[in-house]
Amino acid sequence: MLDILTIEGLHKYYGVQPALTNIDLAIPKGCIFGLLGPNGAGKTTLIRIVNQIIDADAGNILVKGQALSPRHIKDIGYLPEERGLYKRMKVGEQLLYFAQLKGLSAHQAKEKVKFWLEKLDIEAWKEKKIEDLSKGMAQKVQFVATVIHEPELLILDEPFSGFDPVNAEIIKNEIISLKEKGTTVMLSTHRMDSVELLCDNIAMINKSYKVLDGSVQDVKNEARSNTFVVKLRNANGAVPERSWGLKEEFGVKRFKIGLGEMAPNQLLEELMAYGEVIGFEEEIPTIEEIFIGKVKESEHE
Amino acid sequence: MNKVLLVIKREYLARVRKKSFLLATLLTPLIFPAILGVFLWISLSDDGEEALKIIEVVDDSGQFFLESNGQHAFSYSDISAEEAKSMVKEGRRFGYLYIPPIDLTDPQGIVYYSMKNPSMGFVEHLEKELKRKIEEIRLYDSGIDPEVISSLKTDVSVQSITIEAGGEEKVSVAGVNYAIGFVLGILIYTFIFVYGTQIMQGVIEEKSSRIIEILVSSIKPFQLMLGKIIGIGAVGLTQFLIWIVLIATVSTIVMGYFGMQMPQQQALEMANPEAARAMAQSSDFVHIMQVIQGIDFVQLVLTFLFYFLGGYLLYGAFFAAIGAAVDSPSDAQQFMFPVTIPLMASYFGLFIFILDDPGSNVSFWLSVIPFTSPIAMVGRASFGIPAMELILSMVMLIAGFLFTTWLAAKIYRIGILVHGTKVNYKTLWKWLKQSN
Repeated sequence: MLDILTIEGLHKYYGVQPALTNIDLAIPKGCIFGLLGPNGAGKTTLIRIVNQIIDADAGNILVKGQALSPRHIKDIGYLPEERGLYKRMKVGEQLLYFAQLKGLSAHQAKEKVKFWLEKLDIEAWKEKKIEDLSKGMAQKVQFVATVIHEPELLILDEPFSGFDPVNAEIIKNEIISLKEKGTTVMLSTHRMDSVELLCDNIAMINKSYKVLDGSVQDVKNEARSNTFVVKLRNANGAVPERSWGLKEEFGVKRFKIGLGEMAPNQLLEELMAYGEVIGFEEEIPTIEEIFIGKVKESEHE
Repeated sequence: MNKVLLVIKREYLARVRKKSFLLATLLTPLIFPAILGVFLWISLSDDGEEALKIIEVVDDSGQFFLESNGQHAFSYSDISAEEAKSMVKEGRRFGYLYIPPIDLTDPQGIVYYSMKNPSMGFVEHLEKELKRKIEEIRLYDSGIDPEVISSLKTDVSVQSITIEAGGEEKVSVAGVNYAIGFVLGILIYTFIFVYGTQIMQGVIEEKSSRIIEILVSSIKPFQLMLGKIIGIGAVGLTQFLIWIVLIATVSTIVMGYFGMQMPQQQALEMANPEAARAMAQSSDFVHIMQVIQGIDFVQLVLTFLFYFLGGYLLYGAFFAAIGAAVDSPSDAQQFMFPVTIPLMASYFGLFIFILDDPGSNVSFWLSVIPFTSPIAMVGRASFGIPAMELILSMVMLIAGFLFTTWLAAKIYRIGILVHGTKVNYKTLWKWLKQSN
């Protein structure tokens, strides 16, 4: 698969403070790419560099194999974490302005505004000023402003922050439907549940370094620790000595046990000797657990 | 470049379409004359309605008789100094003038007492009257006939004519040039502040409403800043052009009216020799008209527009940088200093040096340094400026605004993305040095 965005050896300093250190990333075309990391890790800096708002100190950025340049502004849609619209400008004029700034001709821009307002069934807002709209309505307009020029790469910085659950759901569905149409989406977020639901690939940045990247499947696979969660019902109450995390509920013991050198079936046989095994499941870490683990790991270094 | 045009268009339309623009444009030319009119009316009614001010004179020298005029009456009641003082205290006299027995070659010890501080004009009037009297007495004492003395009195007015480099001669009345310089200087001063503040507010609006990051992902910060400054400047120019058209229309009508009246007035004066004074006044009026006709208005307007634009661009860049550095207009105060000081300096320089002596050294420097030249030069414009000085000043101004725009852009492109940080001059310096 062709990568829509390739980042090689990217460095960025604010004074002497490193914001990004030797970042390599490849974002395949047509995927939803999650950029994770704690606050201050360098996510927004990376996103701003890709949007040509600030320049990198070293490294290459390729869009569809070509060095990033102002002509790519048209191909990228950007919804910043901190966002807003002109309060006293009419919805229609505002969208027209942003579309033209992205490089559409006046004529094209007019058609797109019409198209999107019809699509989201909000033509009635065209002559309204932003200050006369509710917050949710304004956010919808904001989203339209981001995608109006139908970019190939959509970059969303914390797209769900500031949205109520209903609107967050609308945005989530919009992201999925855009992906189905072939748009590549790069999003940064703190909401790990949405990462697992939405993202095909992720990368994690911590303290300016990339600490992890790959497809969600691979990342999870790699983080497996061959631990099994066992639910056991028995009379004598005995559990294997190397187990941990024992809890008891309604006479059912729940504990964790490492696979060690054994095959899962062998472990199961061993456990059956203790009583009736009513649950036996491999523990697969969530992205959130991997995220927290990675952050903690780097703190110890 | 296309995108800069887009920004200019948006900034321009967003402002010109507002009702407040239309109101300000139509009302401002009326407000200033109205305020002036109110002052005039108050001062006139002051003179008219106030009772005659009676001033008691105690003249121990016995030589002075001061003539009363419309505002002041001098009373000689031959009372003592104490009595006169108490009359002032009781409010029966406006003031009391004490003249001791004095030596006319060295008149000392004349004192004026009053409850209120006398106006400067009144004290001057007293001094002039006393001086005239003393001179008259001394002339008389030296044996000159009073008839001769009174026949010596003359009124003189000097007509000043400036010779142009081309040999052309122009009637000039300092007062008229003063008034033109004064008005144009204040106009530029006001405009830089009014429209500069608009730039600043526009930048703060984009920053605080977080539109800025969307904008700079589509357009370079420098282009955005330039578009905003030019767009708002175009609003100012539009306002100006409307005013010029309005004023030209109104003054043509007024001139036309006066032009019709004049011959009648002159005819009246011819028929009535007692109206010699009125005649003198009308010749003043003729002079003023000659001066106004002598001014090259095309050159004046062009000079004004150049310095208006140059000054606006020079300071506009600063205002944009200030807007970018702060989160709200109230934080902007601390950075207004470098903008306010040179503007104030040129404003005071205009009154103290330039209008007083447009050819002086201080005037030269004020009109060459780009930070003061926009106000200083228009103050001098109607007096006529040597071509070399004008060219030097214009080149300096262009260089000046290129420099400030470059400087401001460095602060602007970093400042617009910084939120919630306390910014001071040290931070600004750091931004200036930062490559991006």
